[in-house]
Amino acid sequence: MVEGFTALYIFMLSAFTGYEVISRVPVILHTPLMSGSNFVHGIVLVGAMIALGHADGTLELVIGFFAVALAAGNAVGGYVATVRMLEMFQTGNKGKAQGETA
Amino acid sequence: MSLMIEAIYFVTAAVFIVGLKQMSSPVTAHRGIVWAGIAMVIASVATFGAPQIHISMDFADSPNFILMVLAIALGSAVAYISAKKVAMTDMPQMIAMYNGMGGGAAAAIAAVELVKLSDGGASHGVVIQTLAVLGAVIGAVSFSGSAIAFAKLQGIMRKTFRLPAHQLVNIGLFIAVCVTGYWVATGSPVSFNEVILFFVLALVLGIMVTTPIGGADMPVVISLFNALTGLAVAFEGFVLDNAAMIIAGTVVGSSGTLLTQLMAKAMNRPISNVLFSSFGSDGGEAAEEEIEGSMKEVQAQDAAIMMAYADKVIIVPGYGMAVAQAQHKLKEMEDLLTARGVDVKYAIHPVAGRMPGHMNVLLAEAGVDYDRILDLDEINPEFPTADVALVIGANDVVNPVARSNPDSPIYGMPILDADKAQNTIVIKRGKGAGFSGIENHLFYADNTRMLYGDGQKAVAELIAGIKEL
Repeated sequence: MVEGFTALYIFMLSAFTGYEVISRVPVILHTPLMSGSNFVHGIVLVGAMIALGHADGTLELVIGFFAVALAAGNAVGGYVATVRMLEMFQTGNKGKAQGETA
Repeated sequence: MSLMIEAIYFVTAAVFIVGLKQMSSPVTAHRGIVWAGIAMVIASVATFGAPQIHISMDFADSPNFILMVLAIALGSAVAYISAKKVAMTDMPQMIAMYNGMGGGAAAAIAAVELVKLSDGGASHGVVIQTLAVLGAVIGAVSFSGSAIAFAKLQGIMRKTFRLPAHQLVNIGLFIAVCVTGYWVATGSPVSFNEVILFFVLALVLGIMVTTPIGGADMPVVISLFNALTGLAVAFEGFVLDNAAMIIAGTVVGSSGTLLTQLMAKAMNRPISNVLFSSFGSDGGEAAEEEIEGSMKEVQAQDAAIMMAYADKVIIVPGYGMAVAQAQHKLKEMEDLLTARGVDVKYAIHPVAGRMPGHMNVLLAEAGVDYDRILDLDEINPEFPTADVALVIGANDVVNPVARSNPDSPIYGMPILDADKAQNTIVIKRGKGAGFSGIENHLFYADNTRMLYGDGQKAVAELIAGIKEL
């Protein structure tokens, strides 16, 4: 069980991590990165599955169904879109990073 | 929850962070998303083993599992097909859509939990209920807001709709959402009607916040919604006691916030400005100064000659290039010019197109070398030494008004100094003003020539012109 201050610590440390991890991203990767982080929050799928898993009654089942379908769409769409974008950087990839964003 | 699943979630969260880190470098970016993808699949499969999920093939007895499989199949199929088919130019609105789906999922998770509470489910305390409500508001706003952003970028919704005293209405709505949210968060038992009212208000708030925002500001808004969805996922992670959701959601929330700030900074507009004021709506006309000179048209043939005999040509692409899908033709022209010994470079404004990096993605698609694509800071000193600056489908990002006129809505925004080149050729579809509706003084400058037409056709004509020489 994640609770109380432990939860707050996790929250704080994750927030700093997210900030640090992308702080040196070159401009050319901004769109793919936005798409990639969009994919990462597709992890909401596991939550949606659990919500639907313990849903009782028609209304909860319907909402749960939407939750899972939307979350799966987020994850799959985010993944395919990101991969498609990044594949374009593959050919002739010399790994030249552009300057940092202002 | 079993130890095994917890362990898998733990590894998943770690891989996501490493994956995001890798995504911030061009060399490792592809590997990063693949790793994250594998982690996502493993985490999802492992979730079938969670104690809340009862695997049963008997629909009448327990429909949950069958519905779950159907929902995953449906959501995945729709997203997979749409993501595969969409043109690269339309990627920004697809990101908005997938992001909205994530926000909707987070809100729906909260809805299941809140409906359960209103149905006599055991409460987990005010703190958990509050977190569920917070995640629900943020997720719902992100869901309906992203839908509007999608509609705007896709061209389904062209007009910028604004009520009289729109901001007052929004403030009223926001207060209403807070009040109903408070009722729901502190309710014991939770009232079902209040839950419904709360969700409707939150969805309407998302729509109302997004409708007055113009297309030019959409990248910032999509990025902001992306960060918000992350936060909503994190909050629902607390509700479901799921560490993977908490960590992944929070990481996206903070990195998305940083990305949003970078974009807003590039446009020189504070985020509050983007959200609460609209472009060109106030005082624009009154402050309009008289423009000297006139727009001078040029034929493709003459423009081709100017470029073919130049030493250095800088191409400034904008959203018009994306719409016209002119990037492949541009690459063809670049090859022709390079073969003649012309130094060709591309100047990318941080907010050219509909997203930062949008132009880079398209040019990379056409096979343009990284080394030729330069940022604002790198390229601006080079404009005075360029013989020709070719502006294709860009407008506000080369408008000198941003430097000179303090009354202009875009005053202070860093721009590409295309006007400082010896000659400027502007490929433009018509004579109208740009996205922001601001007149562009560059088009009237003495050394500027206008080449009217669709971007792709115009470049094709230029190519034909160069070939004839």
